[in-house]
Amino acid sequence: MTRGVFDLRKVIRAGLIVAVVLSFTAAIGMVEEFDERMIIDRLLSLGFLALFWYVPVAGYKVGDEPVLEGMEATEKTPSHVLAGLIVGLIGGAGLFVLVLITNTLDLRDVFTRLSPKLVQLLTFSDSITDPQLALGAVALIGISGALGAAGGALHLVSAKLRRRIIAAPVAVIVFALLEDVIGQILRSFGLTSLVRQLYRDGAVRIIPALVVGAIAFYLAGRERGERSRLRELVQAADPKVRTRNSLIAGAVIGAMVIASPWVLGSLLSEILATTGIFLLMALGLNIVVGFAGLLDLGYVAFFAVGAYASAVLTSPLSPFFKPEWPWWYTLPVVVVVGVFAGIMVGTPVIRLRGDYLAIVTLGFGEIVRITFLSDAAAPWFGGAGGIRQIPGIPLGFDTVSGSDPQYIFYFALALVLLSAWVSHALLNSRVGRAWTAMREDESVAEVMGIDTVKSKLSAFVVGAVLAALGGALFSAKLGSIFPTSFELLISIVILVIVIVGGMGNIVGVAVGAFVLIGVLGGPRQPGLLQEFGEFKLLIYGVILVYMMLQRPEGLVPNVRRQHELHQDELTQDAWLDKSGEFVDEATGEA
Amino acid sequence: MALLQINDLHKAFGGVKALQGVEFHIDEGEIVSVIGPNGAGKTSFFNVISGMFAPDSGEIIFDGVDISGWESHDITRGGIARTFQNVRLFPNMTVLENVMVAQHCRTNQGMMPAIFRTKAFKQEEAEITARAKDILGFFGSRLVGYRFDQPAFALSYANRRRLEVARAMATQPRLLLLDEPVAGMNPRETAELTGLISRLPSERGFTVVVIEHDMKVVRDVSDRVVVLDHGVKIAEGSYQEVSSNEDVIEAYLGRPAESGA
Repeated sequence: MTRGVFDLRKVIRAGLIVAVVLSFTAAIGMVEEFDERMIIDRLLSLGFLALFWYVPVAGYKVGDEPVLEGMEATEKTPSHVLAGLIVGLIGGAGLFVLVLITNTLDLRDVFTRLSPKLVQLLTFSDSITDPQLALGAVALIGISGALGAAGGALHLVSAKLRRRIIAAPVAVIVFALLEDVIGQILRSFGLTSLVRQLYRDGAVRIIPALVVGAIAFYLAGRERGERSRLRELVQAADPKVRTRNSLIAGAVIGAMVIASPWVLGSLLSEILATTGIFLLMALGLNIVVGFAGLLDLGYVAFFAVGAYASAVLTSPLSPFFKPEWPWWYTLPVVVVVGVFAGIMVGTPVIRLRGDYLAIVTLGFGEIVRITFLSDAAAPWFGGAGGIRQIPGIPLGFDTVSGSDPQYIFYFALALVLLSAWVSHALLNSRVGRAWTAMREDESVAEVMGIDTVKSKLSAFVVGAVLAALGGALFSAKLGSIFPTSFELLISIVILVIVIVGGMGNIVGVAVGAFVLIGVLGGPRQPGLLQEFGEFKLLIYGVILVYMMLQRPEGLVPNVRRQHELHQDELTQDAWLDKSGEFVDEATGEA
Repeated sequence: MALLQINDLHKAFGGVKALQGVEFHIDEGEIVSVIGPNGAGKTSFFNVISGMFAPDSGEIIFDGVDISGWESHDITRGGIARTFQNVRLFPNMTVLENVMVAQHCRTNQGMMPAIFRTKAFKQEEAEITARAKDILGFFGSRLVGYRFDQPAFALSYANRRRLEVARAMATQPRLLLLDEPVAGMNPRETAELTGLISRLPSERGFTVVVIEHDMKVVRDVSDRVVVLDHGVKIAEGSYQEVSSNEDVIEAYLGRPAESGA
């Protein structure tokens, strides 16, 4: 028996953590709220999934020991299962204590979700009588214990089998949650009857669930090497063939992207367009924060400036500017205004470093919003009433506005591609190198001949222009803008996208935008999982905290950043390298 | 006329008088060593020349212009580059990038050319890369080939020191300030770098000021030696003259007990 697994303290602590997580999830109402939404038809509701998913994870984690180099992996014994079981039992018992409390005391004044309905759900019964409660306790603690033990049991199987066992339920859950997307795609190919066979009220039917699980089980078992024949084609040895294959791949992907709004339908296009606007801003902020290392918490100011500039020039209701320009004509103005705003905000704050810069930019963000809100500026910007009747984007034959998300998607896509290119081109240039150097060591960069004030200002300006363009598209999409559309939360969400995705990495930022905005939804915009609407910000927070603890470099890290954040480990490696080097140099050339 | 002429330079940090009226000059093509015991003000001297700190008073005349109080990046553009005693590379940039970024003040393609990838931009990038490779080639096989793409933190200690010198060279200075370039190197590496430093004026046209504690290096590279102690120059001359100077020996070893008071 190994010490690690049966560290009883550790097991009990893990169990108590599970108890807290379960009680919290139940107390905030996730179980009730999601009870109606089934994941697997008649078997599993989203409510119970949200409640219990953590139990097997914790049951597995409690026996998980990192294998250090030069040490034997600890032997896998049934005690892992026992540890998982105890964790699950403690967790379940903790939750049952909450059930008892809810049943005896009425705490609904404070915890509105601790209702009799919750008790009924958690004890799997319709009536709350003592025998039912006892049975419920057995069931609740039993399920929790079984899940914990199952998590622990994963230690006993081979890595490959473990991968397969984990993949199957995950695939089923994803398949169920993506019902909107999969259903829509199938329907647009005329396969409505298939959709009806797969899903019932958004839940996967049992047989398709088994099929999906089996497919995932099979696919996850394949070794890494065999996974991608496609990649082999693209990376063919012959450069000519390779170029040809890459071109074909590019064309196919391009065609898919262009066709996607029509395949996906207007609701999903709407989500994609929103994701695009946020991604555009995230790419801009990535230049400021990720490339140049300037923490800007008032980034929404530039978004607001762009949106208002475009709105004032196009809307017939804007009190200040009478002629109504077509949207296209406003773009140069938006760019100029963006540059101007970048310089205006940048110049006074640029000499500040780190935290001070963050606080001052935060203030500037609010100043801009409050200016647009103020009565003094109302003759120009409409005050709290905002600017309405923004006509949208004229295309000659039609005018694109928020009611045509499919077209808005193309505009968002074009702007995203533009800003991705700008980011990439600038990073690999004299300007980008100066930003990187400045981020690494500002005073040394200065001594190496880089005018850091100018360099910072340029990053600020590029970021401002991209955000302003995003704002112009945003105002055309919504048709009306109000100061409340530009609250602090937007700055923070964009920053979270950049951090979660991977600061300083363009692909990472894109992944972050899809995960946070596309899947969960923006602060006010719906995402793919609209069910989570109410708990969106909570989930944002959980993701952010988890990422900061476990993977501060983001989902798709920038290699440099990753090194910065794991300097401790690297210093040791560097020391090893160095001792190797000495031997090499002493015996090497004369 | 001297390339760098420093008159009556003062710098104090609170009560600590780091420089108290230092006089210094160096002619084009010379290699001058600055030595002195710990805390003598050598690094402060470099920090003031390179603009990291403004002097309290005094003149720093470089090529006929008083540069005291200029911003660091303007001084670098003007033609003075330095290295740091405690190696301060950009650790997560590659070897090549470290040297490329140092050419910032000698190049001028801005953002628009970079976004549109103009011909001039591509040409300048090619020149920057070529120049960086040429400079790294000065150190033999140490920093070339696969090393180009290694991040600076992965380099051995000696190579980091070499890269520091290379990065300073890349700013295309006329005057190079080397702050303990061989500190922490083993004797073989020291000898090698000493040889390279001696070649800097003739091959690359640099004028060099070296702060160094290793007296063998000082003897081998210097045309002239300046000794600082407590922020004042206490001696100047050839290595032989300085090494037999009573004041210098006293500054390093202290005064014999019986001759005190």
